[in-house]
Amino acid sequence: MAIGWYLVVSAIVFCVGAGGVLVRRNPLVVLLCLELMLNGANLTLVAFARMWGNQSGQIFALIVMVVAACEVTVGLGLVVAIYRRRLPIDVDELNELQG
Amino acid sequence: MSATTYGWLVLACPLVGTVLLALGYRIWPGRAAGWIATLAIALSFVFSVLAFIKLLGFSPDHRQLTSTLWDYDFSAGVDAKLQILVDPLSVFMILVVSGVSTLIHLYSVSYMTLDRGYVRYFSYLNYFVFSMLLLVLAGNFVLLIIGWAFVGAASYLLISFWYRRTTATRAGIKAFVINVVGDVGLVLATFVIFQHVGSVQFLPVFHSVHHDFAYNGAPIVIACLLLLVGAFAKSAQVPLHTWLPDAMEGPTPVSALIHAATMVTAGVYLIARMHVLFEWAPTAADVGAIGGCVTLLIAATIALVMTDIKRVIAYSTMSQIGYMIMGVCVGAYSAGLFHLMTHAFFKALLFMAAGSIIGAMAGDQSLDHMSGFRKALPFTFICFIVGGLALSGMPPFSGWLSKDDIIAFLDNRGGGFVILGIVGYIGAFMTGIYTFRMIFRAFFNEPCEEARELEHGHLHHADVPRNPMTGEEEDTDVGFPGPGHFIAEREIPMKIAMSALAVLAVLGGLVQIPGIDDAVTRFLEPTFADSKYVHVEPSTGTAWLGLIVGALIAIAGISVAYRIWVARRGTSTQLRERFSGVYVFLSHKWYFDEIIDFAIVRPVLWTGRLVDTTGERGVIGGITDATSGAVRATSAAVRRTQTGFLRYYAALMIVCVGGVALYFLISST
Repeated sequence: MAIGWYLVVSAIVFCVGAGGVLVRRNPLVVLLCLELMLNGANLTLVAFARMWGNQSGQIFALIVMVVAACEVTVGLGLVVAIYRRRLPIDVDELNELQG
Repeated sequence: MSATTYGWLVLACPLVGTVLLALGYRIWPGRAAGWIATLAIALSFVFSVLAFIKLLGFSPDHRQLTSTLWDYDFSAGVDAKLQILVDPLSVFMILVVSGVSTLIHLYSVSYMTLDRGYVRYFSYLNYFVFSMLLLVLAGNFVLLIIGWAFVGAASYLLISFWYRRTTATRAGIKAFVINVVGDVGLVLATFVIFQHVGSVQFLPVFHSVHHDFAYNGAPIVIACLLLLVGAFAKSAQVPLHTWLPDAMEGPTPVSALIHAATMVTAGVYLIARMHVLFEWAPTAADVGAIGGCVTLLIAATIALVMTDIKRVIAYSTMSQIGYMIMGVCVGAYSAGLFHLMTHAFFKALLFMAAGSIIGAMAGDQSLDHMSGFRKALPFTFICFIVGGLALSGMPPFSGWLSKDDIIAFLDNRGGGFVILGIVGYIGAFMTGIYTFRMIFRAFFNEPCEEARELEHGHLHHADVPRNPMTGEEEDTDVGFPGPGHFIAEREIPMKIAMSALAVLAVLGGLVQIPGIDDAVTRFLEPTFADSKYVHVEPSTGTAWLGLIVGALIAIAGISVAYRIWVARRGTSTQLRERFSGVYVFLSHKWYFDEIIDFAIVRPVLWTGRLVDTTGERGVIGGITDATSGAVRATSAAVRRTQTGFLRYYAALMIVCVGGVALYFLISST
């Protein structure tokens, strides 16, 4: 199967994720969309690894997953912290950090 | 131990004394600090004598010894070392400096007793002696400059010793600023010499001067003129002299030590030390000689009308140093240095005696208020007479032999130098007048109230201490003179110091009698052996002729003074009225202060203010304001992008990264 199809799928997944990040205001959904973006990238990495026949890309994908897990931990922690302070669960409302 | 080891010890003693006194200034009780300081300098004198004896053990050709403790800089060819040069000239100077200083320390032990700054005073005094010894022992220009600057600093500290007196602090600043002008001259001279010779050590420089400089060419003349700026500032020669009379604000022993006996002779030492350079640049040497000659005349005329007893002696110091500068500039090195030595003796003595009278007057220094102290202060009177006779050059006192030695040399060089010699004689005539004017006014005629009180055994004390210059009321706390006043008649240390100096003032000249011993000339010969003026040294007959003329002139001067101020009193008032123009001119000190104020101080102040308003505030302030304004405006613009909306940031990032990716995609195909 040609590499092009894999890339098309991963681009679609990535764009869906990016669109979600831009459009949705719930931080939980934003985090989910981020995961989609990462997985889109992972798919590309694995596809290229298969194309070249070595494992570098696959190992790289594993590392991306580890980073994604960390990121989700932090992100969910933030969401819980926001909830506990009874702040609105809405990224547009949380805009105090500005110049 | 070698002569150079003694040289180092000479330096070490006063340094240790300074540090000991300064660190323990709270713990030294009573007069302990004074005795420690005196002991330090006395030890220094002992080591100087030992160095002298060691040096005599060498044959005359081998009497130039250098010793280096360490190199403290060797980069870019500068061979700056912690190095001393022990040769006849430096040993001669350390003998005079440490010897006279010991006696002045001894005098101060009593004189400053009740002053609240007693320990500080002696710490400064030791520091001064250390600096002066460093100056004369230095073996290279760098160490010379250090000693030179230290001496200036010590002088500043001691002039403004009574730091709550506004007149004293102002005088200190004036002295310091003028001395710094001299320091700059010395540093620039060193630079010019280093540029041409490539060394800052004395002996290599002296050896290669003839090789590296053209005879009387511009570089060497400039170097020597810059050296003269240094020498003139330190030795208070016209036009850099205005600080010396003001320096009399310091305590009287300080005037004796710094502003008469030692520091102000540093310029004479400098010229004698650099005689190789000056002989290679006769133009500069002649300028120096004329400067000294002008100074001796101007200072002598001003001394005729001053009424402050210390300022009269200060102007006479300037005048005498004029003789020395004139002497060493024309090649009369041993005569100039001999006069330096005898002058140190009798001038220190005169200042000490003046201090004793000021003590009896409870701090008042005006000759207008003093009279008839002859019976009240018999010891001081004798000392003053001895000092005065030596100063005016009466035989057989020391000043007679030394001053006329210089003038005889001038006459013997012939040509234009004879004019300088004649001016020297005119100066000598005036010396006799102003010295005995002071003596007759202070000691003769009817006793003043203070003198009468003292004759009945009661030392006058002022009800309220006042500044003798301005009449302001003062207290006696730290920063002002202490409550005590002391006269030599009642204080043993003062008496010992003055007696020793009186003996030296009488007999000190005997070391150099023309045709009999000439000890100074013979001792200093190795240093000045290469001088081209050796053959100009007057013969014994000429020298004696000069001495006789000098003695006659001194007698004439003293008789004139006697006639004006004792035999026909009132003559001085008549003269003052008759020549009121001259009197006003002289009592304003030839308007030097006013001229310098008008020509230098005001333009500099005006330029400073102009630069402050236009340069500092206008140009530099404008540039910095514009820069900060631009930065602020830019940051305000950039700050707008920080909205705080997360999705906005994400969109921006996606667009930007996407843009970059697209760019690479397009450019790679």
